Amino acid sequence: MGGAASQLPKEMVSEYQELTFLTKQEILLAHKRFSELQDRDSLSSRVPMEKILTMPELKSNPFRRRICHVFSTSEPNDGSLTFEDFLDLLSAFSDSATLEIKSHYAFRIFDFDDDGTLDAGDLEKLVNCLTGDTDETRLNPEEMRQLIKNILEESDIDKDGTVNLSEFQHVISRSPDFVSSFKIVL
Amino acid sequence: MDSIDLVFFSDHKGRPSNPLLDQLPSYQSLLYHKKQSLSSSTKRRGSVRGHFGSLTSGKWISAKMDERSSSSQQLIREQPKTMEEKRRAKEQHVAQDQDLHGWIHWHVHACRIFKRVKVDSLEVLSALVLFRGDIRVIEGMFGTGILSYFSFLRFLVLLNFVMFLLMFGFVIFPIAVAPHASGNITYSQADGSECTDYPSSSRRGLVVFHQYITDLLSGTGFLEQTYLFYGYYKVEAINFHKCTYNIPLAYLLVTIAYLFLSLIWIVKRSAVGFKRSLIQDEDRFQSFCNKVFAGWDFCITNENAARLKRRSLLYELKTDLEEERIKQKIAERTRYEKFRIYILRIVLNLFVIAVLAGCFYSIYRATIYSAQNEQKTNFILDLIIEYLPSIVITLGNFITPLIFSVIIQFEDYSAAFEIRFTLMRCVFMRLASIAVLLLSLWSQITSCSIDDCPCGYNHKLYPCWESRVGQEMYKLMIFDFLIIGAVTVFVEFPRKIIVNHFNCGLAKLWGQQEFSIPQNVLEIVYGQTICWIGTFYCPLLPAITTIKYCIVFYIKKVSLTNNCRPATRPFRASSSNFFFLVVLLIGLALACIPVTVSIAQISCSQACGPFTNYTTSWEVIPHTVSQIPHGLRALFYALSSEAFAVSFFVVTCLAMFYIIALAGAHKRVISQLREQLAMEGRDKHFLIQKLCQAQKSARCRDMPSKSLMVREQTSSYINPNHDHAGMFLAQSGADTATHV
Repeated sequence: MGGAASQLPKEMVSEYQELTFLTKQEILLAHKRFSELQDRDSLSSRVPMEKILTMPELKSNPFRRRICHVFSTSEPNDGSLTFEDFLDLLSAFSDSATLEIKSHYAFRIFDFDDDGTLDAGDLEKLVNCLTGDTDETRLNPEEMRQLIKNILEESDIDKDGTVNLSEFQHVISRSPDFVSSFKIVL
Repeated sequence: MDSIDLVFFSDHKGRPSNPLLDQLPSYQSLLYHKKQSLSSSTKRRGSVRGHFGSLTSGKWISAKMDERSSSSQQLIREQPKTMEEKRRAKEQHVAQDQDLHGWIHWHVHACRIFKRVKVDSLEVLSALVLFRGDIRVIEGMFGTGILSYFSFLRFLVLLNFVMFLLMFGFVIFPIAVAPHASGNITYSQADGSECTDYPSSSRRGLVVFHQYITDLLSGTGFLEQTYLFYGYYKVEAINFHKCTYNIPLAYLLVTIAYLFLSLIWIVKRSAVGFKRSLIQDEDRFQSFCNKVFAGWDFCITNENAARLKRRSLLYELKTDLEEERIKQKIAERTRYEKFRIYILRIVLNLFVIAVLAGCFYSIYRATIYSAQNEQKTNFILDLIIEYLPSIVITLGNFITPLIFSVIIQFEDYSAAFEIRFTLMRCVFMRLASIAVLLLSLWSQITSCSIDDCPCGYNHKLYPCWESRVGQEMYKLMIFDFLIIGAVTVFVEFPRKIIVNHFNCGLAKLWGQQEFSIPQNVLEIVYGQTICWIGTFYCPLLPAITTIKYCIVFYIKKVSLTNNCRPATRPFRASSSNFFFLVVLLIGLALACIPVTVSIAQISCSQACGPFTNYTTSWEVIPHTVSQIPHGLRALFYALSSEAFAVSFFVVTCLAMFYIIALAGAHKRVISQLREQLAMEGRDKHFLIQKLCQAQKSARCRDMPSKSLMVREQTSSYINPNHDHAGMFLAQSGADTATHV
């Protein structure tokens, strides 16, 4: 790590600076952290999801697997990340990313079945992720039903039983804590 | 729902090619992002990332080119695409730019370089921000709730530093520099009356060492005649070659300036939070969404903090769900139960008032006792007597919150209100205790033993009462600081060791210290209020406060990372920021009252300070106004006349009414739009049902055609019982949604 061979070329750094919301130091730090996870020393090699999940920044995050799946470009999607995927991830979670981009990725992270809308099943998984998925921390079925009903009442503007992206972004735009909390600091 | 599950397992790939399908509202909203980023990027650029959008110059061509280059770059960044796709998009733009001819090409290039330099320099500047690294570490470990406390502390450090610069630049610096810059200092003359008699308090002869410690801690003795206190500034004017610098005027104006500066700065900071809290109050029905969609704090990396966060989220959700049931219960309360609860609340509130009154009375007694007790017996006893008011106040502040938190459990309020109510009681206790201290000092200063009061204040006991008040504030400040340090070292640290190393039941029950944000905020707001009051009497107090808060920052950081665990019931960052500033504003309002009264009402001491020639400090202003040229003087008189005040008041009222009416209109429009949206949704359902029916009847007639396909696809999007066309549509919709 950090040796002369693994340094990012200067043009690459400035290109990444243009394409992401990251600053130069953040990109260099990301590269250093990423090359610690890599076996081979090449930018295009993928790091499997299990290895990414060992990073302390993600270790205690209940959505860590979803995050990897959303940002992974591998085919078929196994959650492994290239360095550029990793930069995309950090860019979306950076301080200066716009609300729009953050809410877009949040929507995709919360959309557990990847079908483009948040339905009752997604919401249930989301709530279980938040409260912890063990028997004593889970809400009981009655409470869960009530909670999902309340959420849909609040956010489902066109009353079709699911929350779509624009409804989600509408709700998020009125939630003051979202921008400050949807952030990962390396 | 079934259709979506069905769709999920099907592996059709493709894109909707039919124009009718593209018009479906649900599909449109999936495309929302794509469309928005194309159409509104220019508008958004200015508002969201202002410092990048501010490059436009006056010339049309450069403005146009700039728009092109920066919007393209903004666009690329703001698209939720993978790096590969973004790079391709950028290359396309570059290729387009290549077609442009010479000068414009050069201009675009220059713009890009300029922007890069700007970004780099901003980065360098941001490294200079105070405590940046520490704040990031805290944010990473404990999330945004605790972060808000530390950024609040940083704000106070900056505020105090600016206050110090004001005081230093306009009052202390001219006096200090005058002898070296051929300035001539005019001291105000003592006319020999008894009021101007100011016995020196510095000790003569052989001084025992511990006396110095007493002096240092209580601001008496050798410290009394330094820049630290009001009494030292016995300067009337500084005469430079051509002009004279009016120190009394500068002193008074700086006092007014620092109070105003604090007010404006706090109001500016709280404006954002105020807007948010207004929106939140309006949108009472968004609470569940906020908790679920924005509930997780992605900054948290500490395993322990993550577990706590999970527990607190569960707790919050459960209490919110229960709150509805409780509301039901309250509505069903019998008359007898209601009566019982109200009686209980009244009794407990009376008890709270009694506790507060007891505290205030003891502060009053302690102040008087400490002021009148002069005998020098021994060092420790002297120091304790000197510090008696501070000790009593701190003790009160320490014990009463414990009592309040026990009492509130019996009063049967809802959980959220319980916390707020306890806090308001604590705020009241903290700030009122300062008020009581000042009141008792004031009664001491203005009371004369016999009916004659030649100087307007008790000149025998307080030859220079302003310095005395300054000393009192100085002592409170130092004592508060010592207590913060001592609690960390002697209470929290041993507690942690005991809890960690003794595994018995009692220690487990006690647990580690909780880092309770409200109590900590109250602590520093209290310190800030003292600083605001004291700066007039003790001009160097902002400097001391700045240093104090810097050290407190590190003490709290160490104690947070080593000794404490975050509170089980966390504060939300947005609401808490606003709450901190509101408490701070209350503190400022409280601080303004004694300063204003002492400037305008109480006769300033004749023996010391810059205002010896005036009866009250405020008289400097009329005096100065009467000396300035006629035109300006008329302006000042006009500004202070009743006519101006009345018309100003009327204009302000009109503006306020206009804004209230505007807000009401907006609110109505919002509710109308919301109704309309729900209506449209219903219309959509209705139309799709109609389509379904049409399709059924068409199928009965068994006429396969292209237009029918469309209907099938459309209907099965909502109706799961139909064929695979539905999967095809929904799958492709999802596909585009997740991979645009």
